[in-house]
Amino acid sequence: MWAVTLVVTAFMLAPMLLSILAGVVVNYSQGISSGFTTRWLLEVWTGYGNTVLMSLFIACACVVLALVLGVPCAYALARSRSAWARHFEELLTLPVAIPGLASALALLLAYGSVTHFRQSFAFILVGHVIFTLPFMVRMVGSAFRRQELVSLEEAARSLGAPFCQRFVGILIPAVLPAIVAACLMVFTLSVGEFNLTWMLHTPLTRTLPVGLADSYASMRLEIGSAYTIIFLIVILPVMWALQAIGHVIEKHYGK
Amino acid sequence: MTRHSISGSVSPRFLLIACSAPAVAFFAAFWLLPAVMLIALPAREGWKTYFATFTDVLYLQSLLQTVGLSLLVTLATLLIGAIMGIAMARSRFTGRGLLLSLLTLPLSFPGVIIGFFIILVGGRQGVVADLSAALGMERITFAYGFWGLFLGYLYFSLPRAIASYTAAAEAMDAHLEEAARSLGARGWAVARDVWWPQLMPTTMACSAIVFATAIGAFGTAFTLSSKFEVLPISIYNEFTNYANFALAASLSISLGLITWLVLWLARRFAGPNASGV
Repeated sequence: MWAVTLVVTAFMLAPMLLSILAGVVVNYSQGISSGFTTRWLLEVWTGYGNTVLMSLFIACACVVLALVLGVPCAYALARSRSAWARHFEELLTLPVAIPGLASALALLLAYGSVTHFRQSFAFILVGHVIFTLPFMVRMVGSAFRRQELVSLEEAARSLGAPFCQRFVGILIPAVLPAIVAACLMVFTLSVGEFNLTWMLHTPLTRTLPVGLADSYASMRLEIGSAYTIIFLIVILPVMWALQAIGHVIEKHYGK
Repeated sequence: MTRHSISGSVSPRFLLIACSAPAVAFFAAFWLLPAVMLIALPAREGWKTYFATFTDVLYLQSLLQTVGLSLLVTLATLLIGAIMGIAMARSRFTGRGLLLSLLTLPLSFPGVIIGFFIILVGGRQGVVADLSAALGMERITFAYGFWGLFLGYLYFSLPRAIASYTAAAEAMDAHLEEAARSLGARGWAVARDVWWPQLMPTTMACSAIVFATAIGAFGTAFTLSSKFEVLPISIYNEFTNYANFALAASLSISLGLITWLVLWLARRFAGPNASGV
């Protein structure tokens, strides 16, 4: 058992270390003996820096849209007893179940000819929201379904609290940990999304993973590795920060 | 925001409809309508186009290769994931938390990064090629064919399996195993009669997700698949290189149906956690 664990740990960690190393050596085929440099990192930053920013921007916009669309919808689906709601929830999760490539093709068929939309980052954003919305709705929805929350809301209603007061004052704080967890998930998925994005991007609208694929295909191994380092440097701290915020909120509001 | 204008006296039904309306509208416009168009598209070229995946030798081969590869990856992932999960759940050492978080880190990597990792290890300038050359053999490269894809997919799916199995193994009932051991059960008998039944739900959920992800994986295949064609790459080629939209749509429908079916079956038999959401 320990042999397997060791081999797998090496298998998982070695490529990461190798990639970090390859991004800072002068010549990958000569290894460390060729010396270290920041040249590749700078080259990637000047060539692809904007893809990093766009990815972060799209991920934030995706979180906001998923919140605005998803949280009320999660509430409606959690409280509704109609068969339509069940069917809709089922449909909503399809973009996660079927390969992103198919969803992207469908989007291209329907809106590929709307030039302004097609050529803007909104096109990619829409794809990301379609893909991440089910996560938001499912995670927040299951929090809304908790029995004590149903009774709490009933009590507030019987005391005359209007809906928006109940929603903002009681429901949202009660499901806040679920909302934060879902936001983290949506953000992570959006930043790393490639399957849809590669089909939806244009030469002027590229995100980080698209730039990565582009640099892998056309540049030296060193550039690709340096780009991977930038992905790790940018994404990991953001994820750790978000996770830390999530823990704090969980502590304050309970699980 | 229409929500804020709604007072407490409004009917609950109207409230629920108003709450779900934005999401329903968005989903209908940007997924439902496009999906219907995608499903309708092959009909223009004749009904036979829908079955191209199964009637054309080239696509059938691509489909079989994809399914075979995904099955192998799923089996390997489950086996390794279960072993690692049990090992991690039973050990307490300094740095265990760090190791677990490092092992689950690749969950947030796009598939292309993993493809690139495999190229760094097994590509033309890869470590394995250099090592084998240094040892006086011919330069071994495996990144661009079956083994590259297998390892790439494995890399992609292991973090999820390790995380789920670690959680499941931590929740296992230690008394059952003690009882089994005191009754003389050893090695395989413990694994078969004590571990296996308790890890079964995790196995079902994990296998469905790993299989479905592997079948639809595009990023990893995009960087690695030049000697071994998988269905997502066939679709991509039909669409971009040959502008054969109807066929690309038909192949996507097959791919989507297979994936959906696998997840549906898993949810049917393993409960709602197997849906991937």
